Amino acid sequence: MAEFRLPKNSRVKKGKHYPAKGGSNLTTFKVYRWSPDDGENPRTDTYEVDMDNCGPMVLDALIKIKDEIDSTVTFRRSCREGICGSCAMNINGTNTLACTTSAKGFKGKEVAIYPLPHMEVIKDLVPDLSHFYAQYASIKPWMQTDSVPLPDKERLQSIEDREKLDGLYECILCACCQTSCPSYWWNGDRYLGPAVLLQSYRWLADSRDEYTGERLEDLEDPFKVYRCHTIMNCANTCPKGLNPGKAIGEIKKMIAERHAL
Amino acid sequence: MTEQYKITEHKFDAIVVGAGGAGLRATMGLATKGLKTACITKVFPTRSHTVAAQGGMSASLGNMGEDDWRWHMYDTIKGSDWLGDQDAIEYMCREAVPSVVELEHYGVPFSRTEDGKIYQRPFGGMTTNYGEGTAQRTCAAADRTGHAILHTLYQQSLKHDASFFIEYFAIDLVMEDGECKGVLAWNLADGTLHLFRGHAVILATGGYGRAYFSCTSAHTCTGDGNAMVLRAGLPLQDMEFVQFHPTGIYGAGCLITEGVRGEGGFLTNSKGERFMERYAPNAKDLASRDVVSRSMTIEIREGRGVGEENDHIHLHLEHLGAEVINKRLPGIAESAEIFAGVDVAKEPIPVLPTVHYNMGGIPTNYHGEVVNKAGDDPDKVVPGLFAIGEAACVSVHGANRLGSNSLLDLIVFGRAVADRCAEVIKPGQSHSELPKDALDASLANLDATRYAQGDIKTADLRLEMQKIMQNNAAVFRTGEVLQEGCEKITATAAKIGQVNVSDTSMVWNTDLVETLELQNLMLQAKVTMFSAENRKESRGAHAREDFPDRNDDEWMKHTLAYIDDSGQVAFDYRPVHMYTLTDECEVIPPKQRVY
Repeated sequence: MAEFRLPKNSRVKKGKHYPAKGGSNLTTFKVYRWSPDDGENPRTDTYEVDMDNCGPMVLDALIKIKDEIDSTVTFRRSCREGICGSCAMNINGTNTLACTTSAKGFKGKEVAIYPLPHMEVIKDLVPDLSHFYAQYASIKPWMQTDSVPLPDKERLQSIEDREKLDGLYECILCACCQTSCPSYWWNGDRYLGPAVLLQSYRWLADSRDEYTGERLEDLEDPFKVYRCHTIMNCANTCPKGLNPGKAIGEIKKMIAERHAL
Repeated sequence: MTEQYKITEHKFDAIVVGAGGAGLRATMGLATKGLKTACITKVFPTRSHTVAAQGGMSASLGNMGEDDWRWHMYDTIKGSDWLGDQDAIEYMCREAVPSVVELEHYGVPFSRTEDGKIYQRPFGGMTTNYGEGTAQRTCAAADRTGHAILHTLYQQSLKHDASFFIEYFAIDLVMEDGECKGVLAWNLADGTLHLFRGHAVILATGGYGRAYFSCTSAHTCTGDGNAMVLRAGLPLQDMEFVQFHPTGIYGAGCLITEGVRGEGGFLTNSKGERFMERYAPNAKDLASRDVVSRSMTIEIREGRGVGEENDHIHLHLEHLGAEVINKRLPGIAESAEIFAGVDVAKEPIPVLPTVHYNMGGIPTNYHGEVVNKAGDDPDKVVPGLFAIGEAACVSVHGANRLGSNSLLDLIVFGRAVADRCAEVIKPGQSHSELPKDALDASLANLDATRYAQGDIKTADLRLEMQKIMQNNAAVFRTGEVLQEGCEKITATAAKIGQVNVSDTSMVWNTDLVETLELQNLMLQAKVTMFSAENRKESRGAHAREDFPDRNDDEWMKHTLAYIDDSGQVAFDYRPVHMYTLTDECEVIPPKQRVY
């Protein structure tokens, strides 16, 4: 049988091991490391952390590692409460936010931490998200209207119409779903991916937006929407409990209904 | 030094530093006005801490009952404990209405009333008829209003095609003869340095909550702009006023919105008593934040705290029912479950007053222009330099900010600064030549910090500073504790040169970023502690047990704090603006502040 391996310079090597200096409640964190500066292969460094002296979340452990053991470990973080989307990473095989993921209860007290998959790595756990952001901008994620509202009055929207945005507007652009989608791994250059399509549907579903037709037309293309094969990794992994797969289904339905007219 | 670090120069009409609510509103406003605008930000815009604002944005729309911007103005002045500038407060409360309507037009998904208008909820200190009734003035998108607004503003900035420089860390202002000429910044992604030239530099860099051990603020809230201003020899204003939010989650410090109490939630002590009825008989749980935080602290001090160590308070919303929780407060239900393990439909949330907001900051007028005291002129404009949002001290919040006046402040003054720049800057004006040594000091510090080989870990020194601030500049203060705080923080700040940075790369070197941020925090911590020691009265969030009363004769004035060449804190003062902008409202004279 043919065997495929990563090219030589991409193979992840075993890195340094930092044993704990005591403590009884140890958890082992295996953290992906790569720096653009030294020409070395990526590696996983192993850090033992005493969870009795650490906050409960994976982010707390990463910060403890950076503060006390190895200040070169590099990752994004900001709000530490699951609303900014900075600390999205792959934790024991699942894309999620480090700040809302408990570090307890992992099998064998071992936690493997990698950057979001299938993205170019800038350094350690920091992936390059610029293509994702460009795709987001490409769907014109802003209100488009021809009618001009009265300058001193809000547009009216019924409670029912507003409810149609629930489950959509809460997206934090963390890219967990986007980078969990096998279809996006293959066709990320032209497939918009679950996060961007969820955002796209957020505007299609907004009763105040007047460019539904144009938006649907822009999406009609063999790649932008139709590379979604309802694998549903997106809904499984979303740390905010949203369902991008369903939003994509709704887009497909709107396109079909438009053709049926 | 300049040879070692190659610097790319960019020329713009206006530079915005920071991409939170204020920075983005300014950026899109400037772009709309045809000024070539750059927005520099150390995090991707939607990761700025505005995203975490929950409860809402105040504006007297009157969607839920009669309202008037003058009532809002009265509440804000009373909330500020008469330290707010009344011209600026008038401007903010009047402009609140068009500002929030504009946001709705941009697409903010506000919650709605039965007749399709923007939903508004009660909030602390917000009243009708000059203190008589409870106002429903706070415009909300469930309990994710900051998120909804920040994302919408980023979307508008995309629409108007502003130039963003994302994950660029701003290092220093470039000043020449008292004028701001630009900003030096570091691109984390490729390690390059950039000089941004602009006729207006607008600091929208937020607060410095991370100077404290326990805060609701994000890790990135390090007040970088404030520190740049101090290093430029300019003052910060009213830094002694630090707001403790009554309801941070016990332990984790994450915010639980005041909107919970706005929707009918309440606080209890270990006896199950609704103790706020004793401290604020009218407003009860909806008294302003300084009052509620002090009341909670007294309850805990007198042994009526809850939990094993009697060291926190319970916040109840079990009685609100599933519908209100799901519809109005879904986000905090999620946070309470993740960070406190609490099902809010069944149990109370353990909470504690937690550092939340800095009323103090860079002094400005209501156009967002930075001001300094020069001779007899207390309002001398610093050419080329502007500040907005939490970084600024306009001052609309005075000694204590009302909940939901912060999102308002961001939007109103983000908008105002764009209008002002369009008035004073012509697009495409040329930039003067800078002296050769203009960047030397900043580059020297960057290089020295990058290769710092001291024996103190950045994280250890940061923790030392945070603990001092937490212990010595807390909800209640005394002269003795503050004097000890001044000594301790001076000794800690002196160790900044002994830190160790082990990552020497220029690419995404967060070891270096955190150390530069610590330099920034340390300056602000010092200025905060000294300003608190210096103000010998109690006003708003500054509660001195040795001076329990407000002293308008001596202290109805803004503190200006400078860091002089020897690193010492020096003080001056500016008068509070006791006048209005127009004759459509009257000055509210000081009176006793009871809720």
